[in-house]
Amino acid sequence: MLLLLEQIFNGLQLGVMLFLMAAGLTLVFGIMRLINLAHGSMYMLGAFVAATVTEASGSFLLGLLAALPAAAAVGWLIEALVLRHLYARDHLDQVLATFGLLLFFNALVQILWGRQPLFMDVPAVLAGSVELIPGVPYPAFRLAIIVTGLLVAGALYFLISHTRLGMQIRASASNREMAEAIGINTPMLYSLVFALGAALAGLAGSMAAPILAVESGMGESILIETFVVIVIGGLGSIRGAFLGALLVGLVDTLARAFLPTLLRSLLPAAAADGAGASLASMSIYMLMAAVLLWRPRGLFPAPA
Amino acid sequence: MTITGRKRLLCTAGAGLLIFLPALAGFGGEPFMVSLFSRILIYAIAAVSLDLLLGFGAMVSLGHAAFFGVGAYVVAILAFHASQGAPPDAGLLSLAGTNNALIAWPLAVMVSALVACVIGALSLRTSGIHFIMITLAFAQMLFYFFDSLQAYGGDDGLSIWRRNDLAGLDLADDTTFYYVCLTSLGIFLLLCRRLVQSRFGMVIRGCAQNEQRMRALGFPTYRYKLLCFAIAGAGAGLAGALIANQTEYVSPSLLHWTRSGELLVMVILGGMGTLIGPVFGAMTLLLGEDVLAMFTEHWQLYLGPFLVLIVLTTRRGVYGLLIGRGGHGD
Repeated sequence: MLLLLEQIFNGLQLGVMLFLMAAGLTLVFGIMRLINLAHGSMYMLGAFVAATVTEASGSFLLGLLAALPAAAAVGWLIEALVLRHLYARDHLDQVLATFGLLLFFNALVQILWGRQPLFMDVPAVLAGSVELIPGVPYPAFRLAIIVTGLLVAGALYFLISHTRLGMQIRASASNREMAEAIGINTPMLYSLVFALGAALAGLAGSMAAPILAVESGMGESILIETFVVIVIGGLGSIRGAFLGALLVGLVDTLARAFLPTLLRSLLPAAAADGAGASLASMSIYMLMAAVLLWRPRGLFPAPA
Repeated sequence: MTITGRKRLLCTAGAGLLIFLPALAGFGGEPFMVSLFSRILIYAIAAVSLDLLLGFGAMVSLGHAAFFGVGAYVVAILAFHASQGAPPDAGLLSLAGTNNALIAWPLAVMVSALVACVIGALSLRTSGIHFIMITLAFAQMLFYFFDSLQAYGGDDGLSIWRRNDLAGLDLADDTTFYYVCLTSLGIFLLLCRRLVQSRFGMVIRGCAQNEQRMRALGFPTYRYKLLCFAIAGAGAGLAGALIANQTEYVSPSLLHWTRSGELLVMVILGGMGTLIGPVFGAMTLLLGEDVLAMFTEHWQLYLGPFLVLIVLTTRRGVYGLLIGRGGHGD
């Protein structure tokens, strides 16, 4: 029971991390119809900058505050130089060009920081555990991630539905030409949305840095999971990204934690462990395939 | 010179280079070129099979490497069984192994085609970006599946002790193997060309242009597209069987989505919808990697922007650049 609670928290933590990545990606797809394979690179850059600045200054907060604008700036730059020319192209060209960017950033990071992974310590103030539920100590840092993610989700919701900028974003997402016709500065809006998405990815990266190894190529695995999230949630929908992310985070974590044990009651131990591990890693893809076949537009699609 | 004239010249020159490569390599004192070009030819087969899907059927599959890997694993598993016997709890897969290429390679092709049928049957119910994503998902599923097969190496991969026997030919000799790959590519290209110019090919191309119109004309488009998907998968499976022999090692990384991305790059770089283009694409990409790697270990730093440039500036890839196409192709 306690293990279940702990794993649920872990699932939530993965979920909010995925949400931070997915929010940017789904906004970019919903508004600009752009598939961006380089989104994972923003995550990676955020992690590297955070790790470096934290190492140099000793303050995790400083590292975080450095990573966000760094990721946003790089995002702005690639939008202006490359992605702007891809909006009118078909998805295939977008896949190829952003794949090129992904390779470029992987190599750049290796040149600037070397091939060895960087390791970052959890900030001292968050290094302990918290007993939210008596008897279930949970790492404070992971709890902080969950709280941060939820706060960002709330802030995004407020931005999208209660501010003028949010209104313009929604307008451009539903009808780009009309939005331009009534005077919304769409190029500027696109750059802003992209930079925002990149900043969110950078935030996810900086928060993941103490838990994972910071190395070249770290963005790729989370990128795939992020795509799964936005497809399950519905392309272009922030609500879908949030709920999809939590769903994927929970399914992935709980499957990895409990499937091998569940299978032991059906199969001999060695086979159960092997099959359990493999089914667990395939679980979110099976979920995505099932969702796509049942609801091709995702579970919570943005209104067309 | 007309476009057709340039095409003929380019293809003849290319074929000549490929046919006489082992001799040229021997002359130039670089025998490793033979194995490099064997690899290029194998990836060319996989890229041409993807071109069937991409260039003619407009089905953007980000999971093509899955069939490539499945073909490779079939050959590797059969070789493993032949040399060490089936693992104790293999269950369904307790086949006697074989090192005979005439059994292993067709089996690899058939298994890949079957897997492609299953994946295609489910994926082709979607379209557009969802199709891209779902093919990616299935490929990742297969990647994790092979990654979890501890009996066959898991993520360490599986080594093969020696190459398969092909009707008495000694495939351990790099030159013989090179010509086997070249012949396979030639046969596959011819097959694809016949396919594309047949009625089947016309329906597929029609589906790419306007599927609704094809359905209105009475064609069961789903079935045609599924067959195309299966044939493409079979081609990738053949390439997989060859790569397992070439490197004498298979690992789940053959199925990773970045490998699918590389195949896509080869097709688009070379020129999609042309069948010959992807051969040039494979050559450009793999040779380029090798050449760049001689100068710097960070060759991806240059490959990335190069890809971006090609996408932003050309319409028909390297092949198109070479033969001078622009705008609408014929």
